Amino acid sequence: MIRPFAQSSIRRRLAVQLSLIAAILSLAFYLIVRAVAGQAATDTQDNILAASATSIADALYAEQGGVVLELPYSALSMLGSISQDRVFYRVIVDGETLTGYADLPPPEPDFATYAYRGEPVRAVAVRRVISSGGQAVEATVIVAQTRLGLAAISSSISSTAAAVGIGFFLFATALGLLAAQSALAPLNRLAQSVKRRGPHDLRPVKAETPSEMLPLVAALNNFMARLKASLSQSEDFVAEAAHRVRTPLTIVRTQAEVALRRLEKPDDKKAVRAMIRAVDECSRSAGQLLDHAMVAFRTENLLTDKLDLGDLTSEVCSHLTPTAGLKDIIIRHDLPTTPQPFTGDPILLQSALRNILDNAIKYSPADSEISVSFGGDTAYEIAFSDQGRGFGCADASSLKKRYSRGINVGDVVGSGLGLTIAEAVARAHGGKIDIRENKEGIGACVLLILPR
Amino acid sequence: MRFLLVEDNIQLSRAVVDRLALDGHVVDHAADLATAQAFIDVTTYDLILLDIMLPDGDGRDFLIAHRGNKDKTPVIVLTARSQISDRVSLLDLGADDYITKPFDFSELEARCRAVLRRQGGAANNVLTFAGVGFDSLAGSLRFDGQEVVLRNREHRLLEIFFANPGQIFSKSHLMDRLFSFSEDVSENAIEVYIGRLRKKLEGASARIETVRGLGYRLVEAQ
Repeated sequence: MIRPFAQSSIRRRLAVQLSLIAAILSLAFYLIVRAVAGQAATDTQDNILAASATSIADALYAEQGGVVLELPYSALSMLGSISQDRVFYRVIVDGETLTGYADLPPPEPDFATYAYRGEPVRAVAVRRVISSGGQAVEATVIVAQTRLGLAAISSSISSTAAAVGIGFFLFATALGLLAAQSALAPLNRLAQSVKRRGPHDLRPVKAETPSEMLPLVAALNNFMARLKASLSQSEDFVAEAAHRVRTPLTIVRTQAEVALRRLEKPDDKKAVRAMIRAVDECSRSAGQLLDHAMVAFRTENLLTDKLDLGDLTSEVCSHLTPTAGLKDIIIRHDLPTTPQPFTGDPILLQSALRNILDNAIKYSPADSEISVSFGGDTAYEIAFSDQGRGFGCADASSLKKRYSRGINVGDVVGSGLGLTIAEAVARAHGGKIDIRENKEGIGACVLLILPR
Repeated sequence: MRFLLVEDNIQLSRAVVDRLALDGHVVDHAADLATAQAFIDVTTYDLILLDIMLPDGDGRDFLIAHRGNKDKTPVIVLTARSQISDRVSLLDLGADDYITKPFDFSELEARCRAVLRRQGGAANNVLTFAGVGFDSLAGSLRFDGQEVVLRNREHRLLEIFFANPGQIFSKSHLMDRLFSFSEDVSENAIEVYIGRLRKKLEGASARIETVRGLGYRLVEAQ
């Protein structure tokens, strides 16, 4: 089923509906007032016309075998009392016009409206039987009046009614807007109370809500409970999966190292070395995939802890120093002694720093140096420069893409996720990763740029 | 070095014990926390290698208790769990370092040495041959009243010779112990490091001799 207004705001829908009702009511009010006013004016005119015709008819009397009319002044003056309209009359006795406008047609029925001399008139006929010379003679008195005054009255009533109607409409619409606003206030309060929550706050909502919203709140709370359960389940799952994979890999790798010592033939040794490399590749990929999944999850719900970037960098450097030492690589860090305050997720940032440094160690030759330094005035720029093979001519931006690696990686074990992880973390903190050629000509320089 | 390995996977433990024994280390193995505590009560170790998920408790609780007892024996945690979340808390709980499974034993040794160095290493780390003292922790040589500092690979190479003076080690054996498995190096790369060691041993009464077709050995200079 198509619902044309499913997307539009409830407030707008409420306001539109309320003002539509107000418009219909205003229009009905206007039409009714106009009709009633018109009818009342017509009735009044009819009564006066009838009274006038009756008084003329009363003034007819028989004399010398004929019918005589002595037109009473009041009969016409009373018509002037309601308006300045022109008045026509005609007295017909026994089929002959006795006096008045001979072409004034008799109304059918006795009260009628028709055009006379180019103008609409309201006419009334009063009949009376007069006995004249022993004979009953029928006399008809017709009185007609133009309707200009009446139209003026009814148009003035109509315009007043229209003004009142418009006023009512505007007032009702304003009230409708206020009503819509106040009806939606609890919804906004609920939205605010959910929005204000921290990223890891999955407690049920306890905001006071009207009874109509209770099902929504109940559904929301139910959903959050399920989310919470599913999150902790997936964290457990990741941990368990890692454990399950890593333990047998460790056994294989260790046994392979033991076997390697005992083997004599170069071919056998070569095979075992290849095996160890495969294990390393596997565990490295597993680790980085886990890192990547964790980063994706945590960047959605970014923690905002206060931390010191200098301390964090130095921790990462010192943890990787023994790893670098195996290849006689010296990590030279020139870190500021003053605090470098930053707000962010320490675990994510550490992961980014470690991945960058780990990459640098991996691609550096033995007996080389990696320098880690702090710079930048408007933003923190943590630079990792190595004397390795660089990234070749690979496009810097493509290196940050998932599973993409430099074009000259050769034989080095890697998954291509390291810089992707670092980039995701930097972006989540409003920063970025910049890749440059080392200033000294050889090697690469990776910068982690974070806003100050 | 004397290690205590606390790890519940028997196959893994056996492999690790075998592997460390190859480098001349002595390893006791405890499959749970209670056994580990019993070992610690009667023996002194240079280092404890601790797994986190154990049948009778969490390795982290062990760490807390261990630090509570004012025991200074360094602990390196062998973690197999999710990469990021745990590591930070491990160091906060008093672990000296951690290494993620599966690990390179050269790296484990490097970390052990780094931890022990930080603790201000013991005197029994000095091996002496032909009047040349080799400090396997600090990575330095002492002879004729002078001290020569070794780089990491020189240090590890010399450690092999000093552990078994007079024994011949083939190039491929030395290569296995010196280079990581991700590096593709030829056996000749060993010659570079042998050359460097010879330079550092100049004037000493010990020297590294080439045994044609077989390898190298540490001998007394004539």
